[in-house]
Amino acid sequence: MALWIERQKNVLDFTLASLARRKRKNLALLLVYTLLVFLIASVMFATFSIKKEASLLLENAPEMIVQRTVAGRQDPIPLSYLERIQGIPGVMSCEGRLWGYYYDPVAGANYTLLVPREGEPGQGTIEVGPGVSRTRLASPGDSLEFKTSTGEIIELEVKDVISTESGLVSSDLVLVSNADFRTIFGGSGELATDFVVRVANERELSTIALKIAERLPDTRIILREEILRTYDAVFNWRGGILILILSGVVLAFAIVSWDKASGLSLEERREIGILKAVGWETSDVILMKFWEGMVVSLSSFLLGVLLAYAHVFFGGAKLFAPVLKGWAVLYPEFKLVPFLDASQITALFFLTVVPYTVATIIPSWRAAIIDPDTVMKGLG
Amino acid sequence: MTRRSRLFQAYLLCLLGLFGLMWVHAALARAAAGPAIREKRELVRRLELTDLCLSTEANYTRHLSQADLHTAFQDHPLSLEHFPSGSFLNPPPHLRKTNGPMD
Repeated sequence: MALWIERQKNVLDFTLASLARRKRKNLALLLVYTLLVFLIASVMFATFSIKKEASLLLENAPEMIVQRTVAGRQDPIPLSYLERIQGIPGVMSCEGRLWGYYYDPVAGANYTLLVPREGEPGQGTIEVGPGVSRTRLASPGDSLEFKTSTGEIIELEVKDVISTESGLVSSDLVLVSNADFRTIFGGSGELATDFVVRVANERELSTIALKIAERLPDTRIILREEILRTYDAVFNWRGGILILILSGVVLAFAIVSWDKASGLSLEERREIGILKAVGWETSDVILMKFWEGMVVSLSSFLLGVLLAYAHVFFGGAKLFAPVLKGWAVLYPEFKLVPFLDASQITALFFLTVVPYTVATIIPSWRAAIIDPDTVMKGLG
Repeated sequence: MTRRSRLFQAYLLCLLGLFGLMWVHAALARAAAGPAIREKRELVRRLELTDLCLSTEANYTRHLSQADLHTAFQDHPLSLEHFPSGSFLNPPPHLRKTNGPMD
């Protein structure tokens, strides 16, 4: 065993000396390789942790939402529909939700106005999300103006600001009272934005959804499972513009590494020829090339993953932030929680380290089995 | 003189050590984030929220799970879907479904 280890060390010594002779070329390769792993791992880390957090948070979302659609668009739903849903066996409760969008020309942003059924603010007061508070510089005690559907301006006093930690779900929220909501948006008191349905047995959800659709054909039903699926699809790391851009980088790197690995330079072929002539065996040459591949790819993999981790979880994914934030004024300021997926990191390892190492070994093996004399003369 | 292989061993061990620390840090950070996540979950439950507040640039990108499927042309005639978040969203499954072979 000690002999085997000593042999590996000797070969590694030789490999490192050989790499050092082509220092610039190998350093450039290491840099590009690390950058590639860094970019892919950053996207993987950011999307997986946000996907995981989304699934954790939205597990508490309503089990079923019933919306009315008129001419293909969502429309307020009459409260008279409540009775027809409550009559379905298995339905525990069915309540109306009141929410809507309000465009604030001062901030140039859309707020989500919502009437909470639990802890509704008093008339004339509001609770605002951290994004609204930041954009409008509104603290408790300040007032915000809202234009009503009749064109009047009403002032609502900020009673509280929702904590910054919960910005991921509440950044653009403005919690208002039922009366103020009706004043701002108008509409009859006999209407709600949509219904929240709770059922006794979750396994009956789809049956109940079917029954609602039969009784109320002008409604559409959104199940919590669909909400979770939506977010799973949104953050699917293979989808989206980032991976599209990255695929170009991956292809460019594949061409560079293929060119480097498959076509050995005359110098490298001569080196293999000399090694064979001085007594190295084909297996020794392959071992040397294996270590060469490992030194470059393992270093790049580890460096790339570590830098990506620091970039996403310490640096707030600064490189992607401008793209991810888009044009939103009320984007939440949140820190990603490092949920890591071991299977994704393993896949990245096998997609980067293994192909490169194999691509380094094969052409060397081809050069190593040719007669050393032919290789040294540059004929092989 | 120190052997190159020894230096490389030290360098690799250092990287592997940091790689291990990364997992430890992630576990500790997750544990530390527990109360904040619980607070957000409670807010989602209390306010009956359905979506994350990630793309607030247009009302149809705010609640992704509630938006209707026809987002293009919403703002004015000939207005194609143009918000950046639109580039990140996958098309709905029915558009990605491939039909069976015809022959």
